[in-house]
Amino acid sequence: MVSRFGAYILLMLKVFRRPDKMKVFRKQFLVEIYNLGIESLGIVAIISVFMGAVVAIQTAYNIDSPLLSLTLVGFTVRQSVILEFAPTIISLILAGKVGSRIASEIGTMRVTEQIDALEIMGINSSNYLIFPKVIAAMVINPVLIIISMGFGLMGGYFVAIFTNLFTTQDYVEGIRIAFDSYTITYAIIKTIVFALLITSISGFEGYSVKGGAIEVGAASTRAVVWSSIMIILFNLILTQLLLS
Amino acid sequence: MIEAKNISKSFGENQVLKDISVKFEKGKTNLIIGQSGSGKTVLMKCLIGLHEVDEGDIFFDERDFSKMSFKERKNVRKELGMLFQGGALFDSLTVEENVMFPLTMYTNQLMEEKKERVNFCLNWVNLENANRLFPSELSGGMTKRVAIARAISMNPKYLFCDEPNSGLDPHTAGVIDDLIQRLTEEFQMTTVVNTHDMNSVIKIGDTISFIYKGELWWEGDKEHILNTDNKELNDFVFATELTKRLK
Repeated sequence: MVSRFGAYILLMLKVFRRPDKMKVFRKQFLVEIYNLGIESLGIVAIISVFMGAVVAIQTAYNIDSPLLSLTLVGFTVRQSVILEFAPTIISLILAGKVGSRIASEIGTMRVTEQIDALEIMGINSSNYLIFPKVIAAMVINPVLIIISMGFGLMGGYFVAIFTNLFTTQDYVEGIRIAFDSYTITYAIIKTIVFALLITSISGFEGYSVKGGAIEVGAASTRAVVWSSIMIILFNLILTQLLLS
Repeated sequence: MIEAKNISKSFGENQVLKDISVKFEKGKTNLIIGQSGSGKTVLMKCLIGLHEVDEGDIFFDERDFSKMSFKERKNVRKELGMLFQGGALFDSLTVEENVMFPLTMYTNQLMEEKKERVNFCLNWVNLENANRLFPSELSGGMTKRVAIARAISMNPKYLFCDEPNSGLDPHTAGVIDDLIQRLTEEFQMTTVVNTHDMNSVIKIGDTISFIYKGELWWEGDKEHILNTDNKELNDFVFATELTKRLK
């Protein structure tokens, strides 16, 4: 495990260099923005709406005391979605979707000698393949997370419309209570770090594949598992650092 | 000319190449032959720098490639084309984009100039109307021809081919052999071909190096390979039923 961590660091030293040709990098970057970000929009929206709705229903059911205001529902949904659900849960979902995609794409390129072909041409293959993905994810994932927050809050609003657990007025008022914009900053910082972890770990797993199709599958699984573990670990570290 | 001097390579305890010295001449098709596991692919990967040699030196026209830094090697690699066993075309790019790729990375040519060069290379390999196809839409022979077109797009001085005929029918394999030989002669490239296809050996083997258990066992050409008394080479050359009967 120590040697793999060493190999990861060495690879990252090769990845984080100035691209061979900026024009090519810009093109790759835009392609990755689409592949990693825009293509994930659907799943992010669906999960966020349901996440917000479930938090709203659970909170409403748990408010038994008549002394507690139903505006608490909106407040709880907002805090849960912004602080934890959008940045962390959506990043875990993206670790599965994007991480496996990156690892299998680069792993397949490795076993079909496409990476060797890049090396033969004198191209820094790790930089060419991984760097645009890392930068693209660090740019587009915060956008996805902001969108997720919006959809999450909408999920709670739909509950207010379609049930009589609480009113839309209570919900909107609750969302606006004691709002601290730093929570958004905190969520974005976490998301950027998670994006770096997902893409670099998955890129490393794909790049270091040796063998054939079975190893590509195994690398894809390792990418998702390690990305998820690191997201959870860094979630704890960043929360302590940024909110304490 | 490419020259390897006393190169050795081990993977752990397993010594794959043992003190090999060999020269590959300009304007000739230089073949490396040997059984599977003999070390010929490792030798080729050492020559192009995909594996680092443990001992010895590799010279590209008297430039010591094995002692160069990554940046210095980059300049040599621009002069080098490689045809991989499976083609190694980039899946996400069209045929045109694959052939154009080295030009995009290393030149500042205008799109029109690049397209002109791509079409020239594709014409060379008889693939005039395949520009917009993706690698998944190509047959085995077409894949190899596109890979050749990509390998020659930068007008290389050195061409390496790793088992160019593997997985091809005899007729298509002959077409690929002809292409490699024509390219070598017309552009005066130093071509190194790694193969165990005896048809290729007889047809295009201007110089032949036989690798046996990691050692350079025999050197010669297509005129002499059938009349040697080297036992291991004879066992290799006349291994199939067809060649045994012809003998």
